Amino acid sequence: MTLAAVPPEETTAGAATPEFERAAARAESRRGFLIAVPAYLYLIVFFAVPLGIVFAYSFANRNRFGEAVFTNIGFDAYRRLAEPIVRDILFRSLWLALLTTGICLLIGYPFSYYLTTRSSKVRNILLVFVMIPFWSNFLVRNYAWRVILGKDGVISRITDFLGLGEVEILFTPSAVVLGLVYGFLPFMILPLYASIERIEMSLIEAGRDLYASGWQSFRRILFPLSKPGVIAGSILVFVPSLGAYVTPEILGGAKTTLLGSYIVTQFLTARNWPVGASLSFVLMAVMLLATIVYFRAGGRNL
Amino acid sequence: MTAVGDRLLPGASVARVGDFARRFSLTRGALAANAWFVYLFFYAPIALLVVFSFSADRNVGRWGGFTLGWYDDFIGNTSIQNAIWVSLRVALLSTVISVVLGTLAAFAIERFRFRGRQAFDALLYLPIIIPDVTMAVMMLLFFSEFFDLLNLLFGADLRKGFASITVSHIAFNISFVSVVVRARLAGMDRRLEEAAMDLYASRWKAFRHVTLPQIAPGVAGGALLALTLSLDDVVVTQFASGPGATTLPVYVFGLIRRGVTPLINSVSVVMLVASVGLVLLSLFVQRSRGGGAVGPPGAVAAGRSRRRS
Repeated sequence: MTLAAVPPEETTAGAATPEFERAAARAESRRGFLIAVPAYLYLIVFFAVPLGIVFAYSFANRNRFGEAVFTNIGFDAYRRLAEPIVRDILFRSLWLALLTTGICLLIGYPFSYYLTTRSSKVRNILLVFVMIPFWSNFLVRNYAWRVILGKDGVISRITDFLGLGEVEILFTPSAVVLGLVYGFLPFMILPLYASIERIEMSLIEAGRDLYASGWQSFRRILFPLSKPGVIAGSILVFVPSLGAYVTPEILGGAKTTLLGSYIVTQFLTARNWPVGASLSFVLMAVMLLATIVYFRAGGRNL
Repeated sequence: MTAVGDRLLPGASVARVGDFARRFSLTRGALAANAWFVYLFFYAPIALLVVFSFSADRNVGRWGGFTLGWYDDFIGNTSIQNAIWVSLRVALLSTVISVVLGTLAAFAIERFRFRGRQAFDALLYLPIIIPDVTMAVMMLLFFSEFFDLLNLLFGADLRKGFASITVSHIAFNISFVSVVVRARLAGMDRRLEEAAMDLYASRWKAFRHVTLPQIAPGVAGGALLALTLSLDDVVVTQFASGPGATTLPVYVFGLIRRGVTPLINSVSVVMLVASVGLVLLSLFVQRSRGGGAVGPPGAVAAGRSRRRS
């Protein structure tokens, strides 16, 4: 990376035959381009072009059959995002994503800290058991909650047994948040663990020696030092929760339409392509912003 | 810790130190309890799913005696068989192609300076950060426009299916493979290649005999990542597939939306076993090749979280 970033002029400074060196650098550049070209072309044709098409559709208009047409192009679709229905969905998605992130942080932080206090052998085993849900099939993991939360599910039968009546939280926003926390908790734990593990624990001991209470040493030493992990983990949970589609479809009900499902509906049933396209673009812009923040926080190294 | 404080500051009130110790062990207990809760939270739903896949009751979540009947149903179901077959072919083909393209891309970016390198770098990162739903929409519009165009130009009537699914999977897998391979390349000593070339190895020979063996764990890790991403994907595949062919996750997703049946339990357990098998395999590869096979966890995690919402 660093080597590749050095301009060829500098690496060849002081060479005996600059013309020869320059020709060699040009040949090298050409060779690099040729090696990159298959992937480059593939991504242009099957990624950049589709992205451009979505962008174009977000400015399109609809004729009286509801089909997207490119007459009278403008910001109509973007203006419609301010309408109450869409705005409600945007705010609901934002709220549920924030709630999910908060819960993940609340559970994930003490968990990650606990991991760092274990011996390295135990820690590796414990980490593997975090990695397994992290890597295993997301759809199936969401479906498992359907079995638990359903009308005949384990939860409702436990509450029935306890005399609380059949509590059914399936198809409610709570079920969606539960599913999202379940799905994305590992994404909070792993960066948090990576950043807490690097903290010099003697700093906390020093604080304690100077009569800092447990809370104070957490608040003034541990938490500030683990901030990169907190930011990275929060973004890794917040961003996919915001655009979640599978979890709300499986665990949410008709009343809890979220951004992801709304976009899909615009394409499959409502056939309002311009609105769907503009919403997907807004979603992408949020993710791009979050990614920039993530890398600024040092997420690349976590 | 408190003992040290006691020794350094002999005047410290003993009661206060004792209070500290008690508070501290309370915190410890709470931390351990939280950890157990997290593991219970992670594994109880999976365990219950496995248990109920053997239950004879038609109501999922109700125990009605042991049976293997739902697995029989699963094995005898031809739509599921077709979906599995499509899934496997798409996963293998898209993995092979994206490993070749992604490795070349990583090599070009890490080892060369060329025109358009920065743009290429940005383009290579985009499929990782783009939301699932946006990518799905892109594929839907792209194939609809592309097939319209083909129809207009050549009168060819193409439908979405195996080819369009594979094409869209490669589009996101190239990026994941290249991120993993790049991390490995960046950690490799570049002078090894230079030494080989000083000894009159051609660029290709140096790559084939020096670079490739060095980055092999990264390539293997990238391949496993591509394989699992392809096997798990629901959203993009749903928009890139047609009536001709669907993958297993898309088929199961459709079944779940129509209503929960014990058949889904047994299919889910099989999918789970397959994906856990892949995890263990990748951990094994990592172990035996001396680590680093899965690349920078942050970047991979970032992409992984995006690809599975």
